[in-house]
Amino acid sequence: MRFVARRIGFFLITLWAALTFNFFLPRLMPGNPALAMLSRFESRGHLGPQSLHTLEIMFGLTHQQSLWQQYWAYLGNCATGNFGISYTFFPDSVGREIAQALPWTIGLVGVTTVVTFIFGTIIGLVSAWFRGGKMDSIFPPLFVILSGFPYFWFALLAILLFGVTLNWLPISGGYDTTLVPGFNGTFIASVLQHSILPAITIVLTSLGGWALTMRNNTITVVAEDYVRMARAKGIRQWKIMWHYAGRNAIMPNLTGFGIALGFVVSGAVLVEYVFNYPGLGWMLLDAVSNEDYPLMQALFLLITVAVLVAVLAVDILTVFLDPRTRDGS
Amino acid sequence: MAEDAVLSVRNLTVDYLTESGAVRAVDAVDLELHAGGFLGIVGESGSGKSTLLFAIAQLLNPPAEIVSGEVHFNGRDLVTLGESQLRHLRWREFSVVMQSAMNALNPVRSLGAQMRDACEEHGKISAQEIRKRSSEVLRMVGIDPVHLRSYPHQLSGGMRQRAMIAMALLFEPQLVIMDEPTSSLDVVAQRSLMIQIKRLQERLGFAVVFVTHDMSLVGGVGDELAVMYGGKIVELGPTQRIFSKPLHPYTAGLLEAFPSIQAVRRRLTGIPGSPPDLRLRIAGCRFADRCPDAGNECTRVDPPEEQIDGRLVRCIRVAERASRAG
Repeated sequence: MRFVARRIGFFLITLWAALTFNFFLPRLMPGNPALAMLSRFESRGHLGPQSLHTLEIMFGLTHQQSLWQQYWAYLGNCATGNFGISYTFFPDSVGREIAQALPWTIGLVGVTTVVTFIFGTIIGLVSAWFRGGKMDSIFPPLFVILSGFPYFWFALLAILLFGVTLNWLPISGGYDTTLVPGFNGTFIASVLQHSILPAITIVLTSLGGWALTMRNNTITVVAEDYVRMARAKGIRQWKIMWHYAGRNAIMPNLTGFGIALGFVVSGAVLVEYVFNYPGLGWMLLDAVSNEDYPLMQALFLLITVAVLVAVLAVDILTVFLDPRTRDGS
Repeated sequence: MAEDAVLSVRNLTVDYLTESGAVRAVDAVDLELHAGGFLGIVGESGSGKSTLLFAIAQLLNPPAEIVSGEVHFNGRDLVTLGESQLRHLRWREFSVVMQSAMNALNPVRSLGAQMRDACEEHGKISAQEIRKRSSEVLRMVGIDPVHLRSYPHQLSGGMRQRAMIAMALLFEPQLVIMDEPTSSLDVVAQRSLMIQIKRLQERLGFAVVFVTHDMSLVGGVGDELAVMYGGKIVELGPTQRIFSKPLHPYTAGLLEAFPSIQAVRRRLTGIPGSPPDLRLRIAGCRFADRCPDAGNECTRVDPPEEQIDGRLVRCIRVAERASRAG
């Protein structure tokens, strides 16, 4: 338990450091947003000092707060989830926009990340266990080839085949826009139907990495004495595979899985772009192309926090799965 | 095959199937062990002793493979049994203690859980009975049963080895196969573990096959001793007789390679050279190029097994040596 407390303490310090960097970095840059905007208008015609003043009022630069006062206010705003007004979706708040896009991304990218990890791990484990067998000679090479394809190309191919030529599945958006969003069967069915193509393309292209690393880990573990010992004890095959080989082989992959989970909130930018999916990746792209600083800042902060939380969660999970990490001081 | 033999190995041959051809690690080995007996197998690294042991226990990993031979255990040939039939014999009737307990115990499961795995596999006994039996065997080797909840890394090297032995005794097997169980321990711990093994053996009556590279370990405890070199058994007989009068020059060399506490101080000689390359087919005696006694005929004739002075020796000059030592 002391270990967990220490990890949580470490997490809080890292979080504070990330928040602080996020605040100070933009302020260390020369100029201010008002000047930046002014210089952009400058190319279309001269603007007077009044315009600059107007912009400064708009951005709240005339309050003449000290940097520390601003910093405290910023920390308070972070705690309450107040990230300002989005330029792109004016006059909606950044928080509101993110809250709208978040479920889509977590639903699509989050679920596929978990599914990919589970299937990749099982394929890797079973392939290595029956090394040189049928499964081992088909699945790992197949998925490695699939993950070698450029994602957009693979996704466009899938759209062309299943969406256009065969016309089986919708190719764009998160749901049928003629429906009124609500918690009812028709709408949910439409959401699921729209998620099939993006989900399958994500799973197929990212399965290879997990399967291959798990296979390699397992092959190393299978040569360990405790696996031979388990055989000597007469323990049945599947139990040795899970409890002796699998339990030990999965450990190195957990950290990678944690980081992958953290990056879920950054959305799969390519996926969401190709499929016009209303998630955070799409939003991030929007924010960048519209120079929507509040939105960008909030999104980057969200990604940082999510990665930190995921790594913390994996650390704590590791403590439960691997006794050796428990009493090491 | 003797009436009371618990283990009888006939003509056992093991090859490692490598890309550059088969390497014969165990070559036509014959062994016999009576119920409750203690058979030591000694040899240096690469002599094939561990391969022989895993071949007996049917635990070889590819590319090692039993090419021919029989391993009769309680009258059944283990080589011909399938894995599912073997599973029922494993641990109940013969168990294994491995070289390094740190690696042979699953690092992520507690001692109790690993004992439970073995128990659950071989009998429908209740959790309470499993706990009772696990505590019992731990106490037998002098470990407090609170360690059932410990993980391997929390125990000392000696405790881990003893815990492994305790685990091997869960079912009162007739045969315990031990692969250098003391090699990771210091000499003091080695000694006390050997005494403990011997005492447990006397009390519970199981037979032991004990593999080691350290001849001094089996001197006091073994009934029978097999000396392996280059995949073959070069000398096999009663331990005491081999110790007092080694007939194979390799055995004599091994005996000179460690100091004795009681005897006068002398220079340790050891055996110059290294074990033979088993990929090559050697025409004569495998030990010839390291043997201080080798003559011309030794490099041409593969020495047959000769019965002399109550033991089996593979050396064509054995009669000469026996009379000289005599």
